[in-house]
Amino acid sequence: MAYSEKVVDHYENPRNVGSFEKGDESVGTGMVGAPACGDVMKLQIKVNPVTGVIEDARFKTYGCGSAIASSSLVTEWVKGKTLDEAASIKNSAIAEELALPPVKIHCSILAEDAIKAAVNDYKQKHVLAEAATS
Amino acid sequence: MILKEPAHMETPHFPIYMDYSATNPCDPRVVDAMIPWLREHFGNPASRSHAWGWEAEAAVEKAREQVAALIGADPREIVWTSGATESNNLALKGAAHFYKSKGKHLITVKTEHKAVLDTCRELERQGFEVTYLDVQPDGLIDMEVLKAAIRPDTILVSVMFVNNEIGVIQDIPAIGALCREKGIIFHSDAAQATGRVDIDLATLPVDLMSLTSHKTYGPKGIGALYVRRKPRVRLEAQMHGGGHERGMRSGTLPTHQIAGMGEAYRIAKAEMHEENRRIRVLHERMLNGLKDVEEVFLNGHAEKRVPHNLNMSFNFVEGESLIMGIKGLAVSSGSACTSASLEPSYVLRALGRSDELAHSSLRMTIGRWTTEEEIDYAVATIKENVAKLRELSPLWEMFKDGVDLSTIQWAAH
Repeated sequence: MAYSEKVVDHYENPRNVGSFEKGDESVGTGMVGAPACGDVMKLQIKVNPVTGVIEDARFKTYGCGSAIASSSLVTEWVKGKTLDEAASIKNSAIAEELALPPVKIHCSILAEDAIKAAVNDYKQKHVLAEAATS
Repeated sequence: MILKEPAHMETPHFPIYMDYSATNPCDPRVVDAMIPWLREHFGNPASRSHAWGWEAEAAVEKAREQVAALIGADPREIVWTSGATESNNLALKGAAHFYKSKGKHLITVKTEHKAVLDTCRELERQGFEVTYLDVQPDGLIDMEVLKAAIRPDTILVSVMFVNNEIGVIQDIPAIGALCREKGIIFHSDAAQATGRVDIDLATLPVDLMSLTSHKTYGPKGIGALYVRRKPRVRLEAQMHGGGHERGMRSGTLPTHQIAGMGEAYRIAKAEMHEENRRIRVLHERMLNGLKDVEEVFLNGHAEKRVPHNLNMSFNFVEGESLIMGIKGLAVSSGSACTSASLEPSYVLRALGRSDELAHSSLRMTIGRWTTEEEIDYAVATIKENVAKLRELSPLWEMFKDGVDLSTIQWAAH
């Protein structure tokens, strides 16, 4: 199938590939999907603890070109957003930006899930930390 | 073979072709053999009253002999069809319906082509019972399992000669001998076998055999069904009309297509052994180039296979993304993403491969015009892209960290 130029671009030049240091308290990690489905996305966000703004992001994806592009795009979009702003990114926006065909829409849904999972992970860690100190 | 795009057309990028199991280019000699029957010599082979018909009929009968010669058959045992899919339909539906008073049970294998499996499903809908045999992890059926599946009311067994996805060759002589012994009709889909393995129906106990043209360097849209005369096998026709092909398959015979298939099979008979020797060397080269990649798996028995096929899974890398990366190569994958249905290859699943390994597979099939340079390019680009995609892969990262992926609870959507 023919891919959109943007998908090819993200595939050839993926943005923000990699992982943050293990044990970094300012990082939230979301891992969604399953190998059985052929799609697994790991998204990490580094959050400024004072401002609550996402300063950096990393991703790793096992999946097709559209899945890789969706997660790569998302790492660009979350930078500079607050946790709540990031969590409100819609899969339809991702799909539109990348011109995903109907059969690949589920890749953008997974990317939206990955953001939410990373945000929730960060929030849980920091609620627990607060609970521990209060 | 690097195909050249016609200058006047806007065509997409044409990579190196390594998808010979999907289809083959026509041998130029085949095209030459076909053209006259599209130009001045356009007659209907069934026109018995004038020269256009007589010469067309002669061409059809010559082609019939050429097809029969490749498989050790009598020309009278060849029935022209539109391809192996139609041949499979005619063989299974035709025999099942003709012999249904003897019994209503058929046996086939989970790794068969959809043309067989879907026809079996249709027969089940019509009141027959079908047993779908499992295969062993190397793709071959277990003779004991087949024996145990046979019932007093079994009328037909269908097992493909060579598998289209993994290239394994089933033990056709043994299966045929068993069916003979039990008085069961044996059908084999030989679409991927002609021109690649020796077939001699004078000694091979097969009753019905599906044949195609376009996997043996002939044109698409034409095939044949071998129907044994001794002992005689009867079929209920599926295409009705003028009674062509001894009443077994009505429809005006396409002389140009048939001439093409005949020439293709003639070439195969003349050149098969030399060609296979050359392809075996190329296959070894490709396999040796890839087998030392970490976490790579060969799908299908290593020896009982045609040398044209190499199907490998590259763990922790998804097939479609790999194909996207190896832009200069035309191959196919068992990944769900590359199928219209989003399901991973049922053949690889039947081998017992996990979904991940089915998603991570690449099928590379080579043929008449594949060169050593193309093999070397393929090996290099596959290795490069596997490495690049593993850098992107969270599963590879976890594997390297020593995580046992089978213990993870995945949050699937």
